[in-house]
Amino acid sequence: MNLDLNTIWFILVGVLFTGYAMLDGFDLGIGALHLFTKDDLERRTLLNAIGPVWDGNEVWLVTGGGALFAAFPNVYATVFSGFYLAFILLLVALIFRAVAIEFRSKQPMRWWRQMWDIGFSVGSLVSALLIGVAMGNIAWGVPIDAHGEFAGTFLGLLKPYPLLLGVTTVALFMMHGAIYGLMKTEGALHDKLRGWAMNSIIFFVICAAITTMATLLYVPHMAARVRENPWLFSLALVNMLAIANIPREFYHGRDWKAFLSSCATMITLMALFGVNQYPYLVFSQPNPDNSLTIYNAASSEKTLGIMLIIAGIGVPLVVAYTICIYWIFRGKVKLDRMSY
Amino acid sequence: MDVLTLARIQFGATVAFHYLYPPLSIGLGILLVVMEAAWLKTNNPIYHQMARFWTRVFALTFAVGVATGIVMEFEFGTNWATYSRFVGDVFGSALAAEGIFAFFLESGFLAVLLFGWDKVSRKIHFFSTCMVCLGAHFSAVWIVVANSWMQTPAGYHLVTHDGVTRAEITDFWQLVFNPSSVDRLFHVLCGAWQAGAFLVVSVSAWYVLKNKYTDFARASLRVGLTVGLIASLLQLISGDSSARGVAKNQPAKLAAFEGLYNTESNAPLTLVGYVDEKDQKVVGLQWPGLLSWLVAHNTQATVTGLDAFPPQDRPPVEASFLFFHGMVGVGFAMIAIAALGCFYSWRKVLFEKRWLLWILVFSVLGPQIANQLGWFAAEVGRQPWIVYGLMRTPEGLSAVVKANVVLTSLILFTFIYFLLFAVFIYLLNDKIQHGPDDADLTRSGKLALPTELTHHEKT
Repeated sequence: MNLDLNTIWFILVGVLFTGYAMLDGFDLGIGALHLFTKDDLERRTLLNAIGPVWDGNEVWLVTGGGALFAAFPNVYATVFSGFYLAFILLLVALIFRAVAIEFRSKQPMRWWRQMWDIGFSVGSLVSALLIGVAMGNIAWGVPIDAHGEFAGTFLGLLKPYPLLLGVTTVALFMMHGAIYGLMKTEGALHDKLRGWAMNSIIFFVICAAITTMATLLYVPHMAARVRENPWLFSLALVNMLAIANIPREFYHGRDWKAFLSSCATMITLMALFGVNQYPYLVFSQPNPDNSLTIYNAASSEKTLGIMLIIAGIGVPLVVAYTICIYWIFRGKVKLDRMSY
Repeated sequence: MDVLTLARIQFGATVAFHYLYPPLSIGLGILLVVMEAAWLKTNNPIYHQMARFWTRVFALTFAVGVATGIVMEFEFGTNWATYSRFVGDVFGSALAAEGIFAFFLESGFLAVLLFGWDKVSRKIHFFSTCMVCLGAHFSAVWIVVANSWMQTPAGYHLVTHDGVTRAEITDFWQLVFNPSSVDRLFHVLCGAWQAGAFLVVSVSAWYVLKNKYTDFARASLRVGLTVGLIASLLQLISGDSSARGVAKNQPAKLAAFEGLYNTESNAPLTLVGYVDEKDQKVVGLQWPGLLSWLVAHNTQATVTGLDAFPPQDRPPVEASFLFFHGMVGVGFAMIAIAALGCFYSWRKVLFEKRWLLWILVFSVLGPQIANQLGWFAAEVGRQPWIVYGLMRTPEGLSAVVKANVVLTSLILFTFIYFLLFAVFIYLLNDKIQHGPDDADLTRSGKLALPTELTHHEKT
């Protein structure tokens, strides 16, 4: 591996999607847990916990998609046209999630709120599931023809392994969301969330164990690089320690440390995914020669260079003001008349 | 229907629906900046009340804009994959820049704009409002740059890898400042400012007519009319400049806009009329030489007609003509309405002219109609090309997508968008009926202690 522009963009696209998982992950997790609360005040509190930030969090996905389009247009074209129905479903889910947050509390009627609550929750759940299934397909490999076009079917994307990854993603986001919720709530709701956080940690640990086993048994190429470079096992080790640290911090009631561990879990998982995937972007199964790599799917050197300058100016700014905004909205949620 | 037709309908429908909202975000963004600036300067609580009220409307339009916007980004890949492969190197860069420079800025500071009233100082809040407004404008910059590159490609060369040709960047700044981008950006922004201003005008005029929230409504109406008139006049300058650009860069498009079949000097401008496509002529009221004069500032100048292009390179004439003329007509009407409103407002008799107030109530539709028609004209006039002169629209389709899946998603989006539109109108109406909050006239939270605040800021 040499650090050329293609590799840098492989990493940067990975960073954008990891940022998306860490940030919008808790929004989707809060959404997936939304229907478990029955009380309107509690639902509003949870909605407002993500209220000021979910919109900016979704931009990580939009920018990740844009970066993929710009840096690896062939991957963007093949994956989006190949996973057509899956992406349309994801769009519908994201639309309902977005407008439900905005519309829900604008009217007091019970049926109105119930309707958007369902839209918000199902939208979040389906988004998380589909993102996981897409990741699972990329890991497993999809049929690609000699022209680099997707040669499979929609139903062919619903294999057990991708579905397993979908469920694991839901579990991961639920855990992440529940822990985020702990940081933003107090009193009875906080106690209730502790129960959910506990359950979702267990749910996630079980899913993670099954996924790890399934990957080692059935998707050996997703462990190949770590096998060849034993020092990379440290990454897997850090990942396991991060996961183990979540229940520990949770037990001691250190919510924000549990949240950081959850973030570390996501970062290391994505790093393991990237390390084993490299230099493939879409692995072709059954014919690996047709795979899309960071070289045959990339934009020109010149464009990758220009984009690097754009990212070099833009990303530090984004990170700086995102931190400021999270700082402004730190602490427990207090509902006021501007709240959702 | 075949995949091509369905994919075109889908893109047209989703982008048209989406485009009802971003102009409002951009336009209201400017108005919010003006209102908050006025509040900061004068300390008059009515401007605070105004900013708070329009922020709530802004939040509504922003949410639908975001939700429908992400669809556009995905659609390039789902329906137009071959196009995406061809332009990704160029077009993708502009889209990624839009994400990094515009969307993050806009949605990040939106948090402070919407929820930060009691959490930050007035100045920080004003700064956040400016950043949201700036972000909204940046998003227009990058998407118009990308679209303008499709109209007038520049700063690229064609490269063939493994038998597949694509466009690659040679000069980034030539790409950004391609021959049509500055004119078109200005045109789009003026349209957006008009959309925001006339929404404010319309709601305020309604309140005046109904004798509700009178102080608020009168002040809002003045702000809205002023911005509306400035934007409408700038739009006239911008439209003139854009049209001359089209004549120079896309002569087939201009010929279609004006239904000019034969290349001629002393070319007429049609004021009202329609195109008779069978006999290849325009029926209607024409002003001889005006088109030549507008294009070259000389009535004897030659304007290229459609006869200079083989039939397969001509855009659909009648549709282009109608969209273009519809847009221009509405544009002039907006100038007249805004000018009349400002005139009476200056003479301090506006609130007695109920007939004009009623026109102002409906004026909100004008910019929306003109914006939609303008985009239809711009995109239909570019046909048969998806990238002008480089790639034809049918060539851009995804290779693996079948008609039935496009139809399914088209039906799904149509259904959801009708639902969204109904809910949006319902909630907007609810906000308008509810009106501005009187609680916004009294200081609360951090704002309640202005002296302490100044002290705090210094430290």
